[in-house]
Amino acid sequence: MSPAATLRRPTFWLIVAVALVFALAPLSGNNVELREDLLLAAIYIILAANLNLMIGYAGYVNFGNIVFFGLGGYLCVWLVNSHGWPLLAAALSAGVAVSFLALLFGLGILRLRGAYFALATIGVNEGVKAFVANFTPWGGATGIYLSIEAYQPLGGAAQALWIIYFLLVAVMALSLLLSYGIKTSKFGLGLLAIGQNEDAAAVLGVPTPRYKALVYSASAFLPAIAGALFFFKSAFIQPDDAFDLVLSTEAIVVVMLGGQGTVVGPALGAFLYEELRSTLLTAQAFSNFQLVIAGVLLLVIVLFVPGGLMGWIHRRWPRTKRVLE
Amino acid sequence: MTALLEVRDLGKRFGGLQAVAELSFSIGEGEILGLIGPNGAGKSTVFNLVNGVFSPDRGHVVFRGEDITGIAPFQVVRHGLARTHQIVQPLANMSVLENCIVGACFGRENLSLAKAEGVAREVADFVGLTDRLGDPAGQLTIAGKKRLELARALCARPVLLLLDEVLAGLNPTEVERMIGVIRRIRDRGVSILMIEHLMQAIMSLSDRIVVLNSGRKLAEGLPAEVAANPAVIEAYLGDASLAAELHERT
Repeated sequence: MSPAATLRRPTFWLIVAVALVFALAPLSGNNVELREDLLLAAIYIILAANLNLMIGYAGYVNFGNIVFFGLGGYLCVWLVNSHGWPLLAAALSAGVAVSFLALLFGLGILRLRGAYFALATIGVNEGVKAFVANFTPWGGATGIYLSIEAYQPLGGAAQALWIIYFLLVAVMALSLLLSYGIKTSKFGLGLLAIGQNEDAAAVLGVPTPRYKALVYSASAFLPAIAGALFFFKSAFIQPDDAFDLVLSTEAIVVVMLGGQGTVVGPALGAFLYEELRSTLLTAQAFSNFQLVIAGVLLLVIVLFVPGGLMGWIHRRWPRTKRVLE
Repeated sequence: MTALLEVRDLGKRFGGLQAVAELSFSIGEGEILGLIGPNGAGKSTVFNLVNGVFSPDRGHVVFRGEDITGIAPFQVVRHGLARTHQIVQPLANMSVLENCIVGACFGRENLSLAKAEGVAREVADFVGLTDRLGDPAGQLTIAGKKRLELARALCARPVLLLLDEVLAGLNPTEVERMIGVIRRIRDRGVSILMIEHLMQAIMSLSDRIVVLNSGRKLAEGLPAEVAANPAVIEAYLGDASLAAELHERT
């Protein structure tokens, strides 16, 4: 699609509008609480939007998607801590390195299909986690702590938190634009064909091995940068937090809730899920109650609304298909 | 006539079953070659070997002077060789138009999305799917899906088209329409290799016929020659009605 045609599409402007709301809303009144809330929503959106490239477009369920987030975090924190790299350079390098690593993994495990691929992705996450937990330069099981000096180049801790927040909002916007760009491209059409029927797609001329490896690699880039920013902000990273399968599974719930294969669905799902989560987290009776809800939610969606919220909206009002992709 | 496709000494074994053996044939430019044989003769396997779904154990597939033996299906399409499936394979949740666009933009000419849409609309019109363009492919009738198979393959702008039983499961009216479409495809300069069980149709459409039995070539020649060949009739005898029909056509 030409740049001019992109600018005429409502979806593009919607993404810009959402990013602006995210960026501006907590600024008024210096609302740190809202900022932290939205920051988590942005992380969910980033994870879900990129996971959607695999699940919704190519039809490959990546259960271990969090490995990109965790590895990105580790690389960035390590580069900042041990080599004194500036945050931006470290985060970008982490994105590139993880993306490249994903390409290598992808060429291997994307020969598998269906349940076997899903199992292999869990294997990749657990394998990397075990490796990192025993890797002394990265602190092994104790992980890496950042000293407060790491925030000095960003003008101190308080200002650094704002800068990281804006960077994450930017990564969120880029994730949605990437989803959108791929969806409206020839590459995206090829992926959707693979998602529908891989053998038929190959017979029609879609270069399936290359496309699958490329989308797997692409889906690693922005989550890795998000992980870099997130763990830089936490000033602490350890294997259990970085490669947490719970977050991986939550990302899948978010994609299914919002509507797999759509551009705005994962964002909608992420926002709703994060709101639900923060409400339930404060419940006294049950810690991590959101996970119970998430499980039930996933069952209900898969059984009754496989298209998720956006799928339901598209079916209910077919005209919205042209406006909201 | 120069050979467009040349299959030389092709062989393929699945476990204990020799699916195809010592098979050689060629197709000239502008020709319609019929591939017939009893069930299990290896016809669809030949298609799968030619378009790269399987790689042969031995032998060569030469297309337009290039050896394409064993290359992947998506590369075969780029060479200008497209196919349809005996069991229809629609991209079910995508629209008919999108199905055709996939065929066009990953076909021989490797078109951009915008150009592919133009080709897709034109081809859909040619095979009679224009009024179903927006429907999900999975919702088409069996005749519609067969036509979609054909449309997607044509969208690739092939030089040679492999048709795997495009007439099976159609009612007589639909068969008539499809035969008309196949003739017009050939008139546009596309060569065709087709598998078909409907004897009447394949006898009238084909310029030449190759008969397969148990993976081997049993006979080859003009439709009338093949139909009168005692070996062919014998091969079909297990299928008495087909043998009778063959006689009737000669």
